[in-house]
Amino acid sequence: MAELLRTHPLEGWRTAFERLPDTVRIAVEPFVAMVDVRLGTVGAEASAALGVDLPTAPNTWVPAGTGRAVWLGPDEWLLSSTTETPEELEARVRAAVVGLGGSATDVSAQRIGLRLTGARVRDVLAKGCSIDLHPRVFGRGSSAQTALGQAGVVLLALSDAADDVLVLVRSSFAGYLADWLLDAALEFTSTPND
Amino acid sequence: MQLIACPWCGPREEVEFHYGGQAHVPYPESPAELSDEEWAHYVFFRDNPKGRFAERWNHSAGCRRWFNAIRDTATYRFESVYRLDEPKPVTP
Repeated sequence: MAELLRTHPLEGWRTAFERLPDTVRIAVEPFVAMVDVRLGTVGAEASAALGVDLPTAPNTWVPAGTGRAVWLGPDEWLLSSTTETPEELEARVRAAVVGLGGSATDVSAQRIGLRLTGARVRDVLAKGCSIDLHPRVFGRGSSAQTALGQAGVVLLALSDAADDVLVLVRSSFAGYLADWLLDAALEFTSTPND
Repeated sequence: MQLIACPWCGPREEVEFHYGGQAHVPYPESPAELSDEEWAHYVFFRDNPKGRFAERWNHSAGCRRWFNAIRDTATYRFESVYRLDEPKPVTP
């Protein structure tokens, strides 16, 4: 039987992304392990078990070890890890929260990450997203679940200058969003005749 | 586009939301004793006022949480939004 190789949904967009100018860089993030956590009450007990203070303020994220903890809802978080396998992360988080009445589900295959960097990132995102991404209100540690174009995304602000944003998008929407981003960035791309 | 203030996420565009019908429709206390007509009233019959209306909304493209809102059906203006565990606000 042929071996099934894990391929990235944006493998075919690599060259197109490389042609983008420095003002709008799009980098495809490597696969990371992600776990969806549901937990009713967040206290010192949960923090000690998980090793991270889950953010309780809406639309925020905090670093968690090698990954991040993103607020998705009043009782829902997305935990990621770059060093653990999805199975390891799910087992660790489940062991931590199940005693507190919570649950943990491996959602690593659900989303992929696109890292947008450059001075024009905010202008590109503004073409299809109504969220205010001005650094004054969308500094490092902010996040937003919203629509970008027609795709549902999670935006994470990685810098205080709004020039470094991680976009988490469902794998099946990745191709659409990649095309949409390239189209939105066209204005800031120099043509070969310049 | 009209903005709707999600009690968790703040003001977002209306396309991110999903309408959930009339709010504060209580589940029958003793459902087994209801006649077919009473069931029909519980399941299908809703108020249809012109003016203030308490409705359920879901922030489907954001935090995916249900909340209640008082909306004026004539002007589309949202007068207040409140979480499910909060009491219905008294409007003048």
